[in-house]
Amino acid sequence: MNVALAFDLGLAALLVAIAGWTIAARANIGAIVLFMVDGLLLAIVWVRLSAVDVALTEAAIGGGVTSMLLLGAATRLKDTESNPEPAKLTLLLTAGALCALVSAGLAAVVFFLPDPAPTLAPVAMANLAETGLGNPVAGVLFAYRALDTLLEKVVLLLALVGVWSLARDEAWGGVPGLRVYARPNTILVFLAQLLPPIGIMVGIYMFWAGASQPGGAFQGGTVLAAMWLLVLLARLQQVPAISLPWVRLLLVIGPVLFVAIGFLGFLVADAFLAYPPGYAKPLIVIAEATLTLSIGVTLGLLVAGPPETRLQQ
Amino acid sequence: MRLALDIFTLVAVSAGGLLFMAGTAGLLRFPDTLTRLHALTKVDNLGLGLIVVGLLPQVDGPLAALKVVTVWLLGQFSGAIVSQLIARAARRAEHQQ
Repeated sequence: MNVALAFDLGLAALLVAIAGWTIAARANIGAIVLFMVDGLLLAIVWVRLSAVDVALTEAAIGGGVTSMLLLGAATRLKDTESNPEPAKLTLLLTAGALCALVSAGLAAVVFFLPDPAPTLAPVAMANLAETGLGNPVAGVLFAYRALDTLLEKVVLLLALVGVWSLARDEAWGGVPGLRVYARPNTILVFLAQLLPPIGIMVGIYMFWAGASQPGGAFQGGTVLAAMWLLVLLARLQQVPAISLPWVRLLLVIGPVLFVAIGFLGFLVADAFLAYPPGYAKPLIVIAEATLTLSIGVTLGLLVAGPPETRLQQ
Repeated sequence: MRLALDIFTLVAVSAGGLLFMAGTAGLLRFPDTLTRLHALTKVDNLGLGLIVVGLLPQVDGPLAALKVVTVWLLGQFSGAIVSQLIARAARRAEHQQ
């Protein structure tokens, strides 16, 4: 057995063990911390599978933002947690059985794949040069399957509308009640002053590098969102009211521009979301730049939660 | 020369790994939050540092070396900050009891 195989086996065992521990953990916060650790380990697994793009996304979204969302939810649910009603056994068994069914289905899909698995990778690589991009993942996201990518961004906006719709009527348009996990103190302020310049640079680099190397709008936007949230948590800046025009503009500018480029495709390249020859890369980079911004603001506001404070007139 | 550098990498990375194990042992065995944090952060910073120094002869080019050193600095930075935050939270929890 060579070292790499031993490492992979250890990694897989650790992943499954921590996943089990996440389910067994009694306190919500504990389970979320374990989920976060599992997300980071899963990112290492994707690196081992040479899927660096997926690894970056998993670390940023799966481990990072999702955990922040769950932490926010857990903080909101804290009052109900002290006196939990024991779940009925039938409910637990049904949930367990359904989860097992999903896992078995996924396992079956993986195990019964023909060998070698069907792949479109050669076709994707063969036509990549026409897009001017160097990263095949970016090519799939913005050229071959651009419609999926567009819908993905719209879904993100819909999720935010869903969160906002939880607001009480009188708080509508007000300031989101970002739950504070650590009381603002000098150390947190220090971190929020020192890290964002580095983080913002990393976020922009991730989007910029995404055209030719692993990276992209989603990963870059998530890093930007993390930096913004850090500043908000340290109270160096106020959470903006959701009715502010610049907030709304930043939220929609990415998807709107992407749709505009899509319709432009009808005029200059005969199809929705088609790019005119020679202009594919600049158009994709513009779309990605604005999407990075929109994704950052959307994710930040998703974590900030529904508006709670009445808008000051 | 190559051999000497490889041996240097082997020794430094192994020492780093050993320190990580010592830090983990401290995390598991020490009696309270503050001492556990102490073990974890001190030893991890040094362990990560040794691994980074050990890997330096293996990277190609000064830019890659700079990246690895940056990772170390960011790791140290976050370690120091997070240990402070946890320690403060732990002390506050103690006072509340």
